[in-house]
Amino acid sequence: MDTPDKSVKMDDGTGKRHGIGRGRAALIIGALLAASLASLLLAGVAGSVGVPLAELASGLVDILRGEPVSLPAVLLELRLARALAAFATGAALALAGVMMQTLLRNPLADPYVLGVSSGASVGALAAMLVAGAAWMVDAGAFAGAAAISLLLYLLARRDLRGGQAEGRAPLLLLTGVILAAGCSALVTLMLSLAPDTSLRGMVFWLMGDLSGAQAAWLPWLVLLTSLAIAMREARPINLLALHDDAAATLGVRVGALRKGLFVCATLLTASAVTSAGSIGFVGLIVPHGCRFAFGADHRVLLPAATLAGGIFLLLADILARTLLAPQQLPVGAVTALIGVPVFLFQLHQLHRK
Amino acid sequence: MSDNMSAHYDRPLFGYPMIDTQSLQLRIAGRTLVDQLEWQAKPGECWCVIGRNGAGKTTLLRTLAGLRQPDGGRVRIDGRPLPQWPPLQLARQRAFLPQAKSDAFGYRAIDTVLAARYPFHAGSRWESDSDHEAALAALQAVGAAGLAQRDVRTLSGGERQRVAIASLLAQDAALMLLDEPANALDLAHQASTMALLSRLCREQQKTVLMAVHDLNLVYGIATHALLLMGDGQWQAGPVAGVMTAELLGRCLGHPVELVPHHGRVVYVAAPCA
Repeated sequence: MDTPDKSVKMDDGTGKRHGIGRGRAALIIGALLAASLASLLLAGVAGSVGVPLAELASGLVDILRGEPVSLPAVLLELRLARALAAFATGAALALAGVMMQTLLRNPLADPYVLGVSSGASVGALAAMLVAGAAWMVDAGAFAGAAAISLLLYLLARRDLRGGQAEGRAPLLLLTGVILAAGCSALVTLMLSLAPDTSLRGMVFWLMGDLSGAQAAWLPWLVLLTSLAIAMREARPINLLALHDDAAATLGVRVGALRKGLFVCATLLTASAVTSAGSIGFVGLIVPHGCRFAFGADHRVLLPAATLAGGIFLLLADILARTLLAPQQLPVGAVTALIGVPVFLFQLHQLHRK
Repeated sequence: MSDNMSAHYDRPLFGYPMIDTQSLQLRIAGRTLVDQLEWQAKPGECWCVIGRNGAGKTTLLRTLAGLRQPDGGRVRIDGRPLPQWPPLQLARQRAFLPQAKSDAFGYRAIDTVLAARYPFHAGSRWESDSDHEAALAALQAVGAAGLAQRDVRTLSGGERQRVAIASLLAQDAALMLLDEPANALDLAHQASTMALLSRLCREQQKTVLMAVHDLNLVYGIATHALLLMGDGQWQAGPVAGVMTAELLGRCLGHPVELVPHHGRVVYVAAPCA
């Protein structure tokens, strides 16, 4: 029984690594990293008050020293804090989208399809109704998302095991959709009961809004941990996306992998929604666009979609705060306005192929 | 007999069969499909599973592959009960071709074949050159080398099935379980696929078990047959003893005649009254 083991190890040790996939991955990720840096700098200089490129370097140095006193440095610090929050949020949503689509084996899934964001909305709006301190809204959103995730896990646990039931109804998807519908009803109820003074804030929150977002380490921690886990499991994730049964017979522990994807995707969604509200479309069109451009291989797709999601939301946020400056638009409206035509165009291209 | 001895009391003289079942029972929705199945297959044997719709062919294959728990009894591969196999080690020992399922994502055909090499180097991120060679060879073996770069969602049913069979070949397992491998294939590819499976059994001592509907297709290919009667009863053994008019008629619920034709046997369904 040990002989196949040994022969495999020998094969692995002597076999030359295939360079094509790896080189292409490095190229794509490198280009996206460069684009990420460029868009962060753009976020720093763009705005109602411009920061001249000449003062960019000195401003950055000031911030790094910890004493931003000059006007460019103060502006840069404010804008970069928001830009980093936007980037982390977009990256988390896109990564969660890729994970959800694989988990449900459905390219139309997005981070919100299972109702995690709807739960967050209920929590956030309830907090706004009761008191409205910013931290309470955040806590309410996270609590709502966590509660729905837990409920979903308990109700649809059977579906997450995998490799057992055959011809099963998509229990997880149906449960999620129904829970989301229930949460939407609660949201409508709270909107109708809310006093006019808090209504505007609520609607902005529901649309997704980065104006209140602050630089925080928690979303980055969730993002980087999830990305690291997903990258490690990229090949099993590929197998799962191909076929449940095939993945199981190829030695993937399907149940554990599906549970891991579920936990990572819901945590990412909860952290994104907590910091910026329910920003739509990022988690749907960025994974789609990256699959279209770079292929379905998750070894490239996972990091590429993460970076592209960050870039996309960051650029959308720059538009949201500069388009009608000093008026700020809710970034969720901007992502939808960009997302709808891009998605339709892509769909059209795919059909023509 | 000491405990130590009794653990090995059933070790046969010439090693374990590739796969065997003891008192295996399969139930679906309260109905017993297979009862007390005592069956074994040795290296070099090519088995076909025959039975009506819903007789339990797919359920049996999935259970033997370890995708489903038996409802009674146990399955052993190479003498070791299925639950005791670590998944990756088992993946290098047995391969399974499920019935076609739609593809959700746009992988290239070569990607789906390369995926079958996963058990051989689960720890590394990228496939080696030898994996690419194995994948290409597998595609060539089913006449699908030209499809390597195609998006699997654009393949026809038969093309997709051939790519799926190539994945099975690339996994290079000693035991191959196939659920209706001839599905969607045209006549030429049905014949060449069967010839390929037969060759693997004869030349590489693989063990093949496949569910089939077309009896004539497996003539001269299958060495053994397992007939599922659908009510828990079964018949297993060499083709000559099991694929008789009487047993096939009972198994398929329709009279079958065995007609000699140019030195072979042709299975003919009796005309409907």
